[in-house]
Amino acid sequence: MIIQAVCFYVFAAVAVASGVMVISARNPVHSVLFLILAFFNAAALFVLLGAEFLAMILVIVYVGAVAVLFLFVVMMLDINFVELRHGFLQYLPIGALIGFILFAELVLVIGYWALAPNIASVLAAPLPATAQVTNTQALGDLLYTRYIYAFQASGIVLLIAMIGAIVLTLRARAGVRRQDSSAQVYRPRAASVEIVKIEVGKGV
Amino acid sequence: MPVVSVPTILPALPEILTVCSAMALLMLGVFRGEGSTRLVSWLAVLALVLVLAVALARGGDRQIGLNGMFITDGFALFMKVLVLIGSAVSIVMAMAYNERERIARFEFPVLVLLATTGMLMMISANDLISLYIGLELQSLALYVVAAFKRDSAQSTEAGLKYFVLGALSSGMLLYGCSLVYGFAGTTNFAGLAAMFAEGNASIGLIIGIVFVSVGLAFKVSAVPFHMWTPDVYEGAPTPVTAFFSVAPKIAAMALFIRFLVEPFGALTAEWRQIIWFISVASMLLGAFAAINQRNIKRLMAYSSIGHVGYALIGLAAGTETGIQGVLIYMAIYLFMNLGTFTVILCMRRDGRMVEAIDDLSGLAKTQPALALALGIFMFSMAGIPPLAGFFSKVWVFLAAIHAGLYVLAVIGVVTSVVGAFYYIRIVKLMYFDEAKGVFDRPIGAEMQAILVVSSVVIMLFFVIPGPLLTSAELAAAALFPG
Repeated sequence: MIIQAVCFYVFAAVAVASGVMVISARNPVHSVLFLILAFFNAAALFVLLGAEFLAMILVIVYVGAVAVLFLFVVMMLDINFVELRHGFLQYLPIGALIGFILFAELVLVIGYWALAPNIASVLAAPLPATAQVTNTQALGDLLYTRYIYAFQASGIVLLIAMIGAIVLTLRARAGVRRQDSSAQVYRPRAASVEIVKIEVGKGV
Repeated sequence: MPVVSVPTILPALPEILTVCSAMALLMLGVFRGEGSTRLVSWLAVLALVLVLAVALARGGDRQIGLNGMFITDGFALFMKVLVLIGSAVSIVMAMAYNERERIARFEFPVLVLLATTGMLMMISANDLISLYIGLELQSLALYVVAAFKRDSAQSTEAGLKYFVLGALSSGMLLYGCSLVYGFAGTTNFAGLAAMFAEGNASIGLIIGIVFVSVGLAFKVSAVPFHMWTPDVYEGAPTPVTAFFSVAPKIAAMALFIRFLVEPFGALTAEWRQIIWFISVASMLLGAFAAINQRNIKRLMAYSSIGHVGYALIGLAAGTETGIQGVLIYMAIYLFMNLGTFTVILCMRRDGRMVEAIDDLSGLAKTQPALALALGIFMFSMAGIPPLAGFFSKVWVFLAAIHAGLYVLAVIGVVTSVVGAFYYIRIVKLMYFDEAKGVFDRPIGAEMQAILVVSSVVIMLFFVIPGPLLTSAELAAAALFPG
C-alpha cells in the first residue's frame, strides 16, 4: 500500500513538474522532450489505477505519434520561437483572470458535488466485473457494440481530416521526376546501351 | 461470451446513404481525375435529392436506433429537409464559380456531402456523444472548404480562424458535456430527461448546460460568440459563404433546440435567461454593426447574426409555438439567404468578383430582373409585409408575447426597424443611384432557376402558407410529447 502511495506521489510530482517545464523551457526541443516525460508519467498513473490499456494507448499514441510529430515540426521548421513568445506576457493578466474564474467555478462545482440518487438506473453501460474481464476486453466490448455508431463516425472524421490535408496541401508540381518502375523494366536494351567498336590505338 | 444484438440501423438510413455516396464519389473523382468535377458535383446533388426522398419516404415517426444514440422524429425530418436543400443548392451555386476561379476540384462536393452527413447526425443526435461527433464531423469538413481557395491569403485566413475558434468552442462544449455527465451519470438525452423531470438541477449541472450552450452559440454565431463570423464570411469563397450561412446554421439551431428542450425541458426557467441574453445581444449587434459595412459579404454576416437573434426568441419562449416559430423562421431564412447569395455570386465585372455594396448602384437600370430579385429578398429580410420575412418575424414575436417575454418582443421589433435601414439602403442604391457599370452576363441557367424559385417562395408564401405552417407545427409537436 505504502509503495503504491509513494509511486503515485513520485509520478504525479514529476508529471506536474515536467508540465511546468514544457511551458517554461527556452529551447522548444527541450519543451517537447519534457512533454514526452509528462506523457510517460501520466501513463504510469493510469497503470496505478489499473487501466493498463489506456496507459499503453497513451504511450503509443501520444509519445509515439504526437510528440514525435511535434519534435519533427520543431526541428524541421525554422520558426523563431523566441520571437513568437515575445509579447506573451501582455496576455498574462487576462489569461490569469479567465483561469481564476474557471478555477472558482470548479471549486463551486466540487463543493456542490452530489451524485444523483437514481444514478444506477440510468447508467449507460454497467461496469463488468473486473475479475472476469481485462479492461482491454471490456473497452472493446463496449466500443464495438454499444458505441459502434460513435466509433464508425469517428472513422469518418479521420477520413475528412485526410481528405482535408490532401486538398489543402497537395500540389501537382511541374518538373518532378518520379520513378516509373514498369518503364524501367520494359526499357529495351537498344535504348540504353550503345556498343562502340574502338580500334586499337585510336582512342574514342 | 455475451450475446450481442445488432443495433437498429434503419432510422439512420439517410445518413448512411449520404456517407456512402460521399465515399463512392471520392473514389470516382480520384480515378477520373480533375476533369470529373462537374460530373461529381451533379452526382452529389443527385445523391442529396435521393437522400431527401428517402428521408421523406421514411416519414416523421419517432424512432430510436443505434443503441439509443440516434433519433428520428418529425422535428428531425423538418430540419433535415432544410439542410439537404441548403447543401444541394450550395453545390449547384459553387460549380460555375469554382471553375471561373480555377479552384474546381472534385473534393469540394465530396466535402460538402460529408459536412452534410455531420449535420444530419447533429439533427438526429440523442446522446451527448453523438452530438459531439456529429458536430466535429461537420466542422472539420467546413474548416477545409473555408480554406478551399488555398492560394488566396484571405481564404486561408478564414479557414484558420474558423478552425482555431471552432476548436476553442468544441473544447468548451466538451467541458460542459463532461460536467453534465459527471452530475447525471448518463449521456443519453432520454436518461437525462428522466433524471431531471422534476426540475431538480444542481449548480454543477447548470454550469454544464451553460458550457454546452456556449459551444452551440459559437456554431450558430450568436453574440457574444460571433467574432469569427464576419471575417470567415468575407474570406471564404462566396458559394462557401452561402453554404455556411444556411446549412450549418440550421443544423446547429436544430441541435440547440433539441439539447435544451428534450433533456432539459423541465429546466426551462434556468436556461431561458441565457437564451434571452444572447438573443437580445445578437439582435442589437446584427442591427447596429451592419450599418457601417461596405462589403456585402460582411453585411450578410451581420445580417445572419441578427436573424439568429430573432430565431432564438422562439427558443427563449421554450413553448411549442415558440419552436414552431423558430422552424418557420429558419425555413424562410434559408430561401432568403440562398437567393441573396445567388445575386452576390452574379456580382462580377470583367471576370472579377466585386463585393462592395456600392457596386450595386443603378442595378435596376442595367439588370432589372436581378435588381428586382435582390429587392424582394432585401424587403423580406427587413420584414416588410406581405413578403415571407414578415410572417416569420410575426410568428416568433407572437410566441414571445404568449410566453410573457414582452421585453424581448419589443426589442425585436425595434431592432428590426433599425435593420430595415441597411436592407432598404441597398434597394435605394439599386433603384435611385447612377449606374457604375454592368455585371457580366449571362449568369447561367442554374442561377436563374435558384433566383426564380426562391423569390417566388418569398413572394407567394402568404398565398399558400399552409404546408410550411402545418409541417412546422407537426415538427414542433414532436418535441413536446403528451
